[in-house]
Amino acid sequence: MKPAKFDYYAPSSLDEALDKLAELGYDGKVLAGGQSLVAAMNFRMARPTALVDLNNVPELSYIKPTEDGGLAIGTMTRVFTVENNAEVAKRFPLLVEVAKYIAHPQIRRRGTFGGAIAHADPAGQLPSIAVLMNMKALIRRKGEERWVDGQDLIIGPFMTVIEPDEMLAELVLNAWPARTGYKYVQVSRQSGGYAQSAVASIVTLDENDKCKDVRMVLMSVGEVPILSQKAGEILIGNTPTREVIAEVAEVVTSEEIDPATDLHATADYRRSITRVLAVRSLTEAFERAK
Amino acid sequence: MTTGKYFGKSVLRLEDKNMLTGNVKYMDDIEIPGQLHAAFLRSDYAHARILKIDVSEALKRPGVVAIYTAEDFGDFWKPGPLLVPPPTAIDGSQFNARTLVPIAKDKIRYSGEVLAVVIAESRYIAEDAFDDIIIDVDPLPAVVDLEKAWEDTSVLVHDDLPSNMAALVKQEVGSYEEAKKKADVVVSRRMLIEHVAGAAMENRGFIASWDDQNQVMTIWANTQSPLTIRGSVARALNLAESQVHVITPFIGGGFGPKVMTSLSDDVLLPWISLKLKRPIKWMEDRRENFLATTSERDQVHHCEIVLKKDGTILGFKDVFYHNTGAYDSYGMTVPLNTQTHTISNYRVPNFYSEIRMVFTNQMVVTPVRGAGRSEGVFAMERMLDFAAKELGISPVEIRLKNLLKAEELPLNTGVIGQDFVVNILDSGDYLGNYQKCLAEIDYDKFRKEIQPKARAEGKRMGIGMVAFTEGTAVGPYEGCKITVSTSGKVTMATGYSTQGQAHYTVFAQIIADQLNVKIEDVRVVTGDTNLFAWGAGTFASRGAALVGAAAYLAAQKVRAKIFSTASKKLEVPEEEIELCEGSVCVKGQPETSIPLGMLASLANPMRGVVEPGVEPGLEATAYYGPPHGSTGSGAMGVIVSIDEETNKPTIERMVMVDDCGTVINPLVVEGQLQGGISMGIGNTLYERLVYDENGQLLTASFMDYLMPLATDMPEKLEIIHNHAESSLKVNPLGIKGVGEAGAIPPGPAIVQAIEDAFGVAGFEILETNLSPSQIYEYLKKAAK
Amino acid sequence: MSEKLFPITVTVNGEEYHREVEARLLLSDFLRHDLGLLGTHVGCEHGICGACTIIFDGEPIRSCLIFAVQANGHDIRTVESLGTPENLHPLQQSFHEKHALQCGFCTPGFLMTLVPYLEEHPNPSREEIREAIDGNICRCTGYEKIVEAVQDAAEKLSQKK
Repeated sequence: MKPAKFDYYAPSSLDEALDKLAELGYDGKVLAGGQSLVAAMNFRMARPTALVDLNNVPELSYIKPTEDGGLAIGTMTRVFTVENNAEVAKRFPLLVEVAKYIAHPQIRRRGTFGGAIAHADPAGQLPSIAVLMNMKALIRRKGEERWVDGQDLIIGPFMTVIEPDEMLAELVLNAWPARTGYKYVQVSRQSGGYAQSAVASIVTLDENDKCKDVRMVLMSVGEVPILSQKAGEILIGNTPTREVIAEVAEVVTSEEIDPATDLHATADYRRSITRVLAVRSLTEAFERAK
Repeated sequence: MTTGKYFGKSVLRLEDKNMLTGNVKYMDDIEIPGQLHAAFLRSDYAHARILKIDVSEALKRPGVVAIYTAEDFGDFWKPGPLLVPPPTAIDGSQFNARTLVPIAKDKIRYSGEVLAVVIAESRYIAEDAFDDIIIDVDPLPAVVDLEKAWEDTSVLVHDDLPSNMAALVKQEVGSYEEAKKKADVVVSRRMLIEHVAGAAMENRGFIASWDDQNQVMTIWANTQSPLTIRGSVARALNLAESQVHVITPFIGGGFGPKVMTSLSDDVLLPWISLKLKRPIKWMEDRRENFLATTSERDQVHHCEIVLKKDGTILGFKDVFYHNTGAYDSYGMTVPLNTQTHTISNYRVPNFYSEIRMVFTNQMVVTPVRGAGRSEGVFAMERMLDFAAKELGISPVEIRLKNLLKAEELPLNTGVIGQDFVVNILDSGDYLGNYQKCLAEIDYDKFRKEIQPKARAEGKRMGIGMVAFTEGTAVGPYEGCKITVSTSGKVTMATGYSTQGQAHYTVFAQIIADQLNVKIEDVRVVTGDTNLFAWGAGTFASRGAALVGAAAYLAAQKVRAKIFSTASKKLEVPEEEIELCEGSVCVKGQPETSIPLGMLASLANPMRGVVEPGVEPGLEATAYYGPPHGSTGSGAMGVIVSIDEETNKPTIERMVMVDDCGTVINPLVVEGQLQGGISMGIGNTLYERLVYDENGQLLTASFMDYLMPLATDMPEKLEIIHNHAESSLKVNPLGIKGVGEAGAIPPGPAIVQAIEDAFGVAGFEILETNLSPSQIYEYLKKAAK
Repeated sequence: MSEKLFPITVTVNGEEYHREVEARLLLSDFLRHDLGLLGTHVGCEHGICGACTIIFDGEPIRSCLIFAVQANGHDIRTVESLGTPENLHPLQQSFHEKHALQCGFCTPGFLMTLVPYLEEHPNPSREEIREAIDGNICRCTGYEKIVEAVQDAAEKLSQKK
């Protein structure tokens, strides 16, 4: 289990990194925290021709407030830094809640926020949260930049719209309106392990305690994170009673997800726990929104 | 001898301080100047005919020194030895020996089998060379399912055999069929015992270094069997055993699989080192450990129990399929252990057991902590649960009725075991263990208060109460040599290798007491064949009992020699001499003494005359071989709660009562039991090796093979030592083994508790490994 | 692909090392085989077992999931930086007294995870300790005595202050 050879570049600025990616084209691959990539390389399941290491680009690591009360997070910010950042805890406590479930502390110390999202592991928490929060992804290429909505970023398992000569540079998290609640829940066989199903919700109540907005994402029950459409159709404008929430859970699990059977869970079991998790997630999110 | 300054005390381990500071050498820490690195190209196919292997391109790669395929080994290539003899001690047994080949020739028989050995300047380069090796094979259907494999219509693993039968062994005590005729109740079930890995944290490794000037092969291996390797390497290379020196470094856990030898590394690398005249190093990686290091369990049991209406067992029948993998070099240790442990600690007057050992397209199966015992105990315990349900009595009642009482022992069970000796349950209080466990966990309170309250709150909580035995300390023998140095330090050398069991400390405890020296002055050397070259190996929970007894016997011999030598030097009768700490002195006159180191010098005079019959030095060797093994026993109670919606179990409380005889070091015994328990919990709730229908291992990493973690352990774990004083002590110190005990009862205890938590009719767990998803599927079945 | 060697300067346990490394050389292999610091152990090489945990710029990370070339200019601490056999670190002393190690192979990874942990969490509960060590696998002990040792060390360390 030793990695194959590769060419290695360690640019010290963003421009230099983009130059290198442009030069390498399809041969280049960004090395962020490496907590998934290096493991895959050790198995020789990943064999990049060239790595462009972003760990020496300090300008990609930051958490800064945006004008409208949100946060911009540089792609190389360590997950552990995000998890322990006071501004994140204040504005987006969901991220703190989720982070605890991501692998183990030693992995989060090194793994990066942007790297985890760009890796688009269908069992990864952060890609799902990027979809859920519809984080705005800043994708850079030499001399160019474009913004992609989080919900359009991921196109398949381990696949995103990011091209080989591009990099995910920043994620912008828009401020939540008042009376917004959230909850991430998952079932995994062990702490730090892959979830057999996970559900995260962000909900907003109006002044009459009716649901004003709801976003719910379902993870590990399809090839990509699934953003529920039905949740909004059923809930918005209604009081989120136990019955309504149960109805959402029922409809979502029977119509929107497509779980598979693997070593750790059957499709049926996944469906059954997803229903439970949807209820738990929504119930707590509405509770918190009050 | 059950008391002493050190014996029986929780002495802190002598080996710890160096281990804690990174100051000991494990396998991969051994580096030999001039060494080359080996990497094994392994087959992706489980079953295939080899058409062509072309290494010519790979040889051109810079840094690659040599590449060998089966053809290159010429006459040296041959199937390995049968490491454990066939069970001829059992009448009518059939055994087809097909022993492991070191590298595939003509046919591939398991995924992970070696196809080529690459020798290169670094492991990185050796792995690079795999890319350039062209493999052309004709794939064959894989033999994976044990019961289908047994059928005459199955594809054959070994074409020269009429079937995939590796062995057929039947043992009967009394007459099961007669008992069945008299029975009120007959209960039968089919159960799966799933496949698990030893998964020591340190992978295997091997270094062979041929010294052409001295004509000596030095080998470093993190093996449980250094002496087996010495013998087999000498035999294979036509060397005297004195020309092969095997050294075991510190070993990062064994748990069974490191007992296996005659693998690709220990067969091929010495030959390559001899040929290239360079040291060759191989360090297994985790993927290889999953694919090609031996593993265990994997049985299918067809059990039947017959009873009287009042719950008395009349007979038990078990026909079970046992996966031996593609070869059966390690004989039948595991299924024979299953056979002896199926009776476990119950009164079973009529017993029929049939082993159907099957060849499959998988790596060889050899013992893993628990080693067949776990399977037998699981089968019996589960059947008792099902019988109790059928009879409408509690699982506790049926056990209390049938557990053997202290006065019924020793009991000759009539079943021949892994040591080819009739199994004798020598001593213990099986019923007492169980009753103690019931009291400790407060079974009645759980039934009357805790469980009803939990149910009323809509919570699922259940209790499991099981009993077990652990056959330990089997022969043939072990030994050691104890030498008092002229510095006064004492060295004990044994061929037994050590993997973390505290041998450096517990053997020193025995010796320090006998010789009245400071424990720090006793140095234990394990597994260096130049220092001690007799013994069988580390397996079957036998180190403390056998090597411990040998240490005691050798220390007594040295002690006698100290007295006889001192008597002459001090010119006083032996009766007037005693051991003071580190010296020998005249009773009542501590000032008239000789330090042990000086006495050792005096016992080795450089001039003068040594009397006939007197051996020089303060040194003695002793061996100990028991007439039969000694059986540890115990009981386990477990309380489990289960998330009502996700079916995820949590172990709230676990109580284990264990009787492993006399305890040398309570702290170490507790550690052994806790470690075993974690493995038992892992086997039950997390760990599982899964092969698909093509014989591909789907769980070849820690991402898929789930190891038990700290948060998976019981919220509360209590261990109670319940040593039954018994008239019969197999061993001079009364020691029984304890290494595997912890791994045996968690399986049946946890599944019983899970069933109890649901209390749903028809909800029956028929396998050893259980994910929340499987619980869900079982419940679905029960609802139908 | 090039056979290029990269010159690196790494501070390990307070000592500065200058070496040339191939880009693909894992930091775990570099520490062990290039620098001869054998206390860091390798158990899985895919980041799960935790045996190779080291402290990198003050933070516990897996040395099997980072290349040696990436350590250029960084500060590393391995188990060799803690106590000596004659003078154990309080955490090592607690591991000894509580019998928190058997084969000892996973132990350096536990220690290097726990030393910074105890600095940040001087009074952890049993539950918190279990969570803190969930990224480290021990096959021998069943973790029970490791948890006891950490509690003991926390007490020892807080008395020291």
